[in-house]
Amino acid sequence: MPGIIEVSNLRKVYGSTVAVDDISFDVREGEIFGLLGPNGAGKTTTVECLQALRHPDSGRIRVLGLDPRTQGVALRRLVGSQLQESSLPDRIRVWEALDLFASVTPHALDWHTLLDQWGLADKKKANFGNLSGGQRQRLFIALALVNNPRVVFLDEMTTGLDPAARRVAWDLIRAVRDRGTTVVLVTHFMEEAEKLCDRLAVVDRGRVIAMDSPQALITDHAGTVCVVFSTERRDLEWLETVPGVAGIERFGNHVEVEGSGPLLALVAAALVEHDIVPHDLRVEQPTLEDVFLNLTGHEAEE
Amino acid sequence: MKTLWKLTWVEIKLFFREPTTMVFTLALPLLFLFVMGGVFGNDADPDIYRGFGPTNYYIPAYIGLVISSIGVISLPVHLTGYRERGVLKRWHASSISIWHLLGSQVLVSFFIAVIGSVLMIALGYVAYDINNPQGIGLVIAAFALGMLSFSALGFLLGALFPTTRAAQGIGMILFFIMLILGGAGPPPEVLPDAMRLIGDFLPTHWVIYGLQGPWFGLGWDTKASLIVAGVLVVATGLSVRFFRWE
Repeated sequence: MPGIIEVSNLRKVYGSTVAVDDISFDVREGEIFGLLGPNGAGKTTTVECLQALRHPDSGRIRVLGLDPRTQGVALRRLVGSQLQESSLPDRIRVWEALDLFASVTPHALDWHTLLDQWGLADKKKANFGNLSGGQRQRLFIALALVNNPRVVFLDEMTTGLDPAARRVAWDLIRAVRDRGTTVVLVTHFMEEAEKLCDRLAVVDRGRVIAMDSPQALITDHAGTVCVVFSTERRDLEWLETVPGVAGIERFGNHVEVEGSGPLLALVAAALVEHDIVPHDLRVEQPTLEDVFLNLTGHEAEE
Repeated sequence: MKTLWKLTWVEIKLFFREPTTMVFTLALPLLFLFVMGGVFGNDADPDIYRGFGPTNYYIPAYIGLVISSIGVISLPVHLTGYRERGVLKRWHASSISIWHLLGSQVLVSFFIAVIGSVLMIALGYVAYDINNPQGIGLVIAAFALGMLSFSALGFLLGALFPTTRAAQGIGMILFFIMLILGGAGPPPEVLPDAMRLIGDFLPTHWVIYGLQGPWFGLGWDTKASLIVAGVLVVATGLSVRFFRWE
């Protein structure tokens, strides 16, 4: 199946600054695809090229089969867009903005529903200038969805949202995906990428340095998993023969088994076989943060 | 089309929600009329004001001034503000085209200019007993042409000015030059030759002549209308060339 978005060897330079060096990826229809990386990695430039808001210096892009260089007008009508740096007039009302953006296509969604979903129903008649940061952000996401797009680009959509609102936003974005809209998510929040994305490209200094599902990236690049439990038994040497186990450490009754692969299942099976059934058996998974650190050698700034 | 009407309607509402712009655009010319009318009255003197009563002379001149202030101040400040704040980028990403933007600004400018002109004419009738305009149809045609021309000019200035500050500062200077030398200030007859020459190069001057011709019963001013139309064509071409969304 060809990708709904295909990007090969994208490059964009501003003066002497290389914003995007060489980026290639495909997005499949119906998935949440993430571009994860630190600020200045070239993520925003990339998605702005995809929306025909910028002209790349070289490389090939297809979005819904259209070339943003020559078919930008048709393309922008089919995609939704939440931009990182944009604004609305201070005195425009929330409903007026939605109503205006809905008018660009006959297939627009009913914006009343979007107001409810994004928790803006009681702000319908508020001026944009009087909204809080989080309310503005939610309005921008609603605006990105109001033209019922086939692909929606969300650039740092949860910036400015408090943790509770962020979780609500994640659920709503999953619902958007489940209704068939492909989502391209730009983020520098590791947790957001890990929880929300079906697949993601890790971007650093204008290049894609890894691309896979969050779980596969963690398995492949994050190194060790740690299985933790408590027991009073002292004879645990046999655990070292369990496939994947690299080392065991004891702190009193507290045991930590380090290793790789499907460690939890194998360790659990071995424990049960030796009549050890701890109540607190759990695995401490590495996160995308560890993946990033391992791949780039530097931490992604928050 | 739907987007054009919605955007136009939103922009009209925004205009009325922004008191400073409204006061400047609508009230300042009224104030000028009030002052000039009070100072010069409305008795015709064959040597100045093209031989017409001062207030009769000033009414079409201030309609030209309203048109000019929209073109050199309101529109460029509005557009540069939108660009600076990322509103244009937001419009652009949501498929609002340059034609929606241009069209809505032209329509809103017309709307504002019509209100400004009606207020002016009403004040003229009430306070100074002005004469009726002679050729209404041609006055309206000259008004429409002038408005289109200054909308294009405003769009061009909005494309060229780098910041809102620049648009405000330079726009204000342009406005006062046009006011004083373009025919809406002292009677053109009393200006020194050099100033009159500068005045001849100002589009405001020709918009005012275009309005005054049919207003005074002198007929359609072909020369003025050709110059105003020329400004329209050149400014439209250049503004499409130089327009930037961000």
